[in-house]
Amino acid sequence: MLDVVWLIPALPLAGFLLLVLFGRRLNEPRAGYLAAATCGGAFVVTVLAFFDMLSKSGQQRSHVVEVFSWIPVGSLEVKMAFLADPLSITMALFVTGIGTLIHLYAVGYMHGDPKFSKFFIYLNLFAFSMLMLVLGENLLVTFLGWEGVGTCSYFLISFWHTRESAATAGKKAFVTNRVGDWGVMTAMFLAFASVGTLSYKGINDAAIGGSLSHVTATAIALMLFIGACGKSAQLPLYIWLPDAMEGPTPVSALIHAATMVTAGVFLMTRMNPVIHEAYTWAPMIIAVVGAATALFAATIAVAQNDVKKVLAYSTVSQLGYMFLAVGSGAYIAAIFHMITHAFFKALLFLGSGSVIHGMHHEQDMRRMGALRKLMPVTAVTFIVGWLAIAGVPPFAGFWSKDEILLYVYANNRGLYVVGLVTALLTAYYMTRQVIMVFFGEARWNDHSEEHGAHGDFKPHESPRIMLLPLVVLAGLSIVGGALQLPFTKDLHFLEKWLEPVVEHGEAYIKGSWAYDNKYLLMGVAIVVAVAGIVVAVGVYDKKKLKAVEPEILANGWFYDRLVSNFMGGPGRRAFDAVAWADANVVDGAVRGTGVAVRSTSGIVRKLQSGFVRAYAAVIALAVLLMLVWFVYRGIA
Amino acid sequence: MFAAETLTGPSIPWFTLSPLLALLIGACVLMLGGSLLPQWPRGLYGIVTALSAATSIVLCFFLWDNLSDGRPETIIGDALAFDHFAVLGTISICVAVLLASLTTSDYLVREGEDGPELFVLYLSAAIGGIVMVAAQDLIVLFLGLETLSLALYVLAASNRRREESQEAGLKYFILGGFSSAFFLYGIALIYGATKHTNLGRIMETLSSQQAFPRNDVLLLAGVGLLLVGLAFKVAAVPFQVWTPDVYQGAPTPVTSFMASAGKTAAFAALLRVSVTALESRVDDWRPVVWVLAVLSLVVGSVLAVTQTNVKRMLAYSSISHAGFILLGVEAASHTGSASAADGIASAMTYLLLYTVLVIGTFTIVGLVAGRGDSASNLTDFRGLGRRRPALALALTVFLLAQAGMPLTSGFVAKFGVIRAAVETSSYAIAIIAMLASVIGAFLYLRIMVSAWMEDAEGQDAAPPVPFLSGLAVTAAVAFTLVVGIVPGWLLDATRQVITLAGR
Repeated sequence: MLDVVWLIPALPLAGFLLLVLFGRRLNEPRAGYLAAATCGGAFVVTVLAFFDMLSKSGQQRSHVVEVFSWIPVGSLEVKMAFLADPLSITMALFVTGIGTLIHLYAVGYMHGDPKFSKFFIYLNLFAFSMLMLVLGENLLVTFLGWEGVGTCSYFLISFWHTRESAATAGKKAFVTNRVGDWGVMTAMFLAFASVGTLSYKGINDAAIGGSLSHVTATAIALMLFIGACGKSAQLPLYIWLPDAMEGPTPVSALIHAATMVTAGVFLMTRMNPVIHEAYTWAPMIIAVVGAATALFAATIAVAQNDVKKVLAYSTVSQLGYMFLAVGSGAYIAAIFHMITHAFFKALLFLGSGSVIHGMHHEQDMRRMGALRKLMPVTAVTFIVGWLAIAGVPPFAGFWSKDEILLYVYANNRGLYVVGLVTALLTAYYMTRQVIMVFFGEARWNDHSEEHGAHGDFKPHESPRIMLLPLVVLAGLSIVGGALQLPFTKDLHFLEKWLEPVVEHGEAYIKGSWAYDNKYLLMGVAIVVAVAGIVVAVGVYDKKKLKAVEPEILANGWFYDRLVSNFMGGPGRRAFDAVAWADANVVDGAVRGTGVAVRSTSGIVRKLQSGFVRAYAAVIALAVLLMLVWFVYRGIA
Repeated sequence: MFAAETLTGPSIPWFTLSPLLALLIGACVLMLGGSLLPQWPRGLYGIVTALSAATSIVLCFFLWDNLSDGRPETIIGDALAFDHFAVLGTISICVAVLLASLTTSDYLVREGEDGPELFVLYLSAAIGGIVMVAAQDLIVLFLGLETLSLALYVLAASNRRREESQEAGLKYFILGGFSSAFFLYGIALIYGATKHTNLGRIMETLSSQQAFPRNDVLLLAGVGLLLVGLAFKVAAVPFQVWTPDVYQGAPTPVTSFMASAGKTAAFAALLRVSVTALESRVDDWRPVVWVLAVLSLVVGSVLAVTQTNVKRMLAYSSISHAGFILLGVEAASHTGSASAADGIASAMTYLLLYTVLVIGTFTIVGLVAGRGDSASNLTDFRGLGRRRPALALALTVFLLAQAGMPLTSGFVAKFGVIRAAVETSSYAIAIIAMLASVIGAFLYLRIMVSAWMEDAEGQDAAPPVPFLSGLAVTAAVAFTLVVGIVPGWLLDATRQVITLAGR
C-alpha cells in the first residue's frame, strides 16, 4: 500500500482538474461533493497506508516512492518523489481527514454563493499542494507545495475580492509570505551547496553523521525558521494571519488554523537533525520567538470583539507554543499539539462559522449572546472546543500543552513561566468568548433593526451538513489526548510512532527535575487553566470584576498599524523615491511617451527636450566608471 | 598584381552553414517574390518565414548530431566557431523567428499592413544574431552585431502610424549607435594591445605570461568597452536605459523578437568572448559582471513593480531576467572551479527557455492590446479570465514561469543559474537573485490578479485569437510545461554546450 502514496496528492489533483473542466456544469452542490469525495478518497488511501506502515518495524517505516526523475543534471538529481514515513503519514492523515470534513461543511456554508464551484477548485488545489508539501521526499517537492499553498491561500483570502478589505488582506498575506519563501529558498540552496543533495534523507544523514559544520547547520536552521515564521505567522511576520480571516470561514478553519500554518512546524520537525547540529543559541532563538509570539498574541486576543479575530490571534498564539516546543527539542510534543490543535481549532472556527451563518453574517460578539438555546449543537461542540483549548483535563488540548510545558521547563524556566502565563490568558479569553457568544442576555435583539430586511430577526441553527463535521471534530477534541498519555510508557503511542523520525533531535529529559515531578507540573497547569476560567466567569458572567480591555490590546499593540504606517509612510516614500528617480532622472520619458508626445508636434521637439541625451549621459557615465575600474586594474 | 593562386580562399563547409543559408534563402524568396507578385494570400509571408526558420532548426538538429560524433572546430579560416554552443544559440534564435513570425503575421493582418518587409528584417536580424553566436573573430562579431542591430532599429520603428513606435526606433538607433562606437573602439584597443582580432589568437597571446604584460591598460580598457557594447544589447543595468521606452513603443511582436533573439545573440557573444579570449583576465572582468548582474536584478524587479503598463513591466522584467543570465556568466568566470562550465550551460538553457516564455507572454499582450497596439495598460487586462479563459490561462502559465514557479520551464532556468552560482561559491549574488525573484513575483501576480479577479466595466469584447497566434501560444505553453515537468532531456542535451571550439 505504501507504493501508492502518490495517490494521496493525485486524488485532490484529479478533483481540481475535473472541476476546472466541468465545474460550471456540475454546479451546486455536486461540485462540492465531488471535491469532498476526492479528498475523502485521499483520506482512505492514507489510512490504508497507515495500517500498512504499522505492520512494519521501525526502520522499514521510511519508504520512498519515486514518480519520476525531475531534474537530473550532473551532480544533482532531484526526484519527483514522495517520502512515506511516520511523520508524513501523520500529517497526511489529519490534512485529508480534517480536509474532508471541512469540504463537507463548506458545501453547506457556501450555499448560494455565485462562485460556488470556483471555491472548491481552490480548495482541492490547496489540498493537493498541502499534501505535496508534507509528502515530499526532498526540499524541492516540499517547496513546490509550499508555494502552492501560499498561492491558494492568497486566492482564498481574496475570494470575496469585491470587499476592499479582502483584497488588501490577500495582498498582505502574499507579501509577508514571500519574505518567508526567500528564507526557504536560501536554506534550500545552502543545503545543496554544503551537502550536494536536496533529499531530506541526504541532508539529515549528513547532519547525523557530523559532516555538516555547525555554522552551516545554524545558517540552514535559521533560514528555514525565517520561512517558518512567514508561513506559520510568528513574530514579526504574523500580521497577515488575523487579516486572513476576511476569507470564507471554512478557509480560515482549514488553511489558517489546521493545516497550512502548521507547515513551518512540520518543516522544522522534518529537519530536526540539522537544528540539533546547529549552535545551541539557534534553537534558543526559535524557542524565544515562539514564546514571545504565544504571549503577545494571547494578550491581543483578550480584547478582540470579532468572533473570528479572537480565534485568529489564538491560532498565532498556539503556533507560538509549537515553536516553543520545537526550540526546546520537544518535536513529538510539537506534533502532538499540532494534531490536537487541528482538531479543536478547526472545531472552533467551524463553530464560529456556524454562528456567523446563523446570525446572518454578524461577526461582532457584542451583538451576540444567549445563543446556546437557539443553536444547541453548535453551542455544545463549541464548548468542547473551548475546554480543549483552555487546557481542562481530560480534553485533548490539556495533554499536548502539558507535554510542551514539561519539556520547556526542562529547557528553560523563564520560558516555562511565559508558557504558563499564556495558558492563563488562553483560558481567560476563550471563556470570555464562550460567555459573550452563548451565555448572558441576548444582545442581537437590540440591533435587529439593522437587519431590517429580515423582519423579526432570529438566529437559527445551521443545516446538518455543517453540524456533522462539528460533532466529529468535537469527538476528536475530547479523545485526541489518548494519542500520547503521560502516565506510563505504554501509553506514549505518538512517541513510539514518531521516534524513527525525531530520535536524533529530540531532547532527552528523563532524569531531570521536571520529569520526576511531572504530576506536580500537571497540577500547576490545571490550576492555571481553572484560574483563567474563573476570572473570566467573574468578569463577563457574574460581572463582579471590571473588564480590562485596553485599547492598546484591542489594536494589537499597534504593531500592525506601525507596520502599515511604515509601509504607507517612509517605506512607501522610499519606493516612490526610487520610482520618481527612475521617472525623472534616469527615465525622463516615462510620462513623456503618453503625454508630451501627443501634445507636441513630433519627435524632433521631443529629442530637444533632452530625453535621449539623458539616456546617453547615463551610458557615458557608466562607461566612464567601467573604464576607471579597468584602468585601475591595469595600474594596480 | 597577385597571381590567382595566391588568393586561395578558405574552404567553406556549406552544410555547416546551412541553417544560415536557409534563412537567407527565405529572405530572398520573400524579398523577390514580394516585389514580383504584388499581394500574396493572407498570412503567407509569415508562413514562409516560419517555414524557413523551421528548416533551419531541423538542419541544426542534424548538425548537433554530427557534432556529437566529431569535435568542435573553427571554420572558414577561423572566422566562425562550429560547436554545440553555436548550434544551441542558433536554435534559440530560429525558435524566436518561428514564433515571432507567426504572431507578426496576425498582427500585420489586424493592422491592415500585411507585407514581406518585417519578415525579411526578422530573417536578416536572425542571420546577424547567428553570426554573433558563432563569431570566433571580433570583426566578424561586429559584423553580426550591426546586421542584427540595423534590422532591429527598423523593426522598432515599423509601425508608421504610432508615434511611440517611431520614437522607439529613433531612440534605439541613436543609443545603439553610441554603444556600437564603444564596442568598435574596444576592438581597436584590444587589437592594438594583442595584434589580433581572432578570439583563439587573443587567448594564446594573453595566456603566455612572459610575453604579455599582466597589467596592460590598453587591453583592459578595450575589454571594458567591449563589455559596454554587449551589456547595452543585453539590456543590463546601467546600460538598460533604452529598454523600457523601446519595448513599450515598438510593435508588440517586434518587442518579443527583440527580447528573445537580441538577448540570445548578445549573451552568447558575451559568453564566448569572455570565456575564450579573455579567459586569463577573469579576475579583471568578473567584478564588472557581478555588479551588472546585481544592478540588473535589483533595478529590474523593483522598478517593474511600480509600472502600470504591461509592456513596460515586462521590459523591466526582461532586465531582471538579464540579471539572472548574468548570474550564469558570472559562474562561468570561475574558471578554476569544476562547476564553471555549468554557468555556460545554465545561461544558454535560460536563453532558450526565456525565448519561448517571453514570446508567449508578449503574444498574449499583443492580442489583448488589440488594433493599434494601444491597449496594454494593466487595466486593459481586467476580466480577461472571463472574456477569454483559455488566453488568461496561457498568460498565467507564462507569468508563473517567468516568476520561476516550480513545474514550469522558468523554474528550471532560474534554478540552473542559481545552482551554478552556488556551486561556484558566489553566495552573495545567489541570495540577491533569490530576493529579486521574490520581489519580481509580485509584478507577475499583479497581472494575474488583473486578469482573473478584477472585473471589467464596459469591456465585454473578447480579443480575437487568430489561428497562427493561437498555434504559437499553444506550442509555447506546451513547451513551458513539458520542460518544467520533465526537464531532464533538455538539461542533458544542453550540458554539451560547455566545450567551446578552439578552447
